[in-house]
Amino acid sequence: MFDDALTIAFALLAVAAALAVARVIFAESIPDRMLALDLLVVVALIAIAGDATRRDSDVFLDVLVVISLVGFLATVSVARFIERRGSR
Amino acid sequence: MTDLVSSALLLLGTALTLLSAIGLHRYRDVFARTHPAGKAAPLGATLVAIAVSLQLADPAATLKLAVALLLLLLTFPTGLHMVVRAAYRSGTELNADVEVDELADAVRASDDDPDGTADAPG
Repeated sequence: MFDDALTIAFALLAVAAALAVARVIFAESIPDRMLALDLLVVVALIAIAGDATRRDSDVFLDVLVVISLVGFLATVSVARFIERRGSR
Repeated sequence: MTDLVSSALLLLGTALTLLSAIGLHRYRDVFARTHPAGKAAPLGATLVAIAVSLQLADPAATLKLAVALLLLLLTFPTGLHMVVRAAYRSGTELNADVEVDELADAVRASDDDPDGTADAPG
């Protein structure tokens, strides 16, 4: 029951990731791209969590902590960059 | 029974993330796009984390998920806020059909006297 829900979830995630990547390509300013990239961080996080249930092991759940912090680091550095150079 | 609940939560969380991805295209300017990206995505991650911890039913996994989720919920909105604030401060103009920009005068007031020594105007 959970496994086919997982398959559907992965399909939905694929569509969400494709939309986010499309957003990154066709964005008109840097903050737009940063929003889409942060969304990709969440999509990756959900995909790894879902995959952990299929593997039935909690080895990969440590990666989630790393991903969320590295995503935050990227966001903060881009914010600093925008503040100095303008968001065009 | 828990399979049903965790499947439902998983699908709901993933659907929320998909909605926030759609929301990124749907809204017209950066400031409106912050709503879906900043709120729906972490909520989707929360629901999926609950579903996965129900499914794995292993205290170590639940603890790892809780820590990852807590960090995400603390840092994700903060990061987004910083980016969009920097965008506003560096002059991204708002969308055409936005009439009221209350932040503009607040920013101007804070630029005039940064530590707020002058008494409030009017």
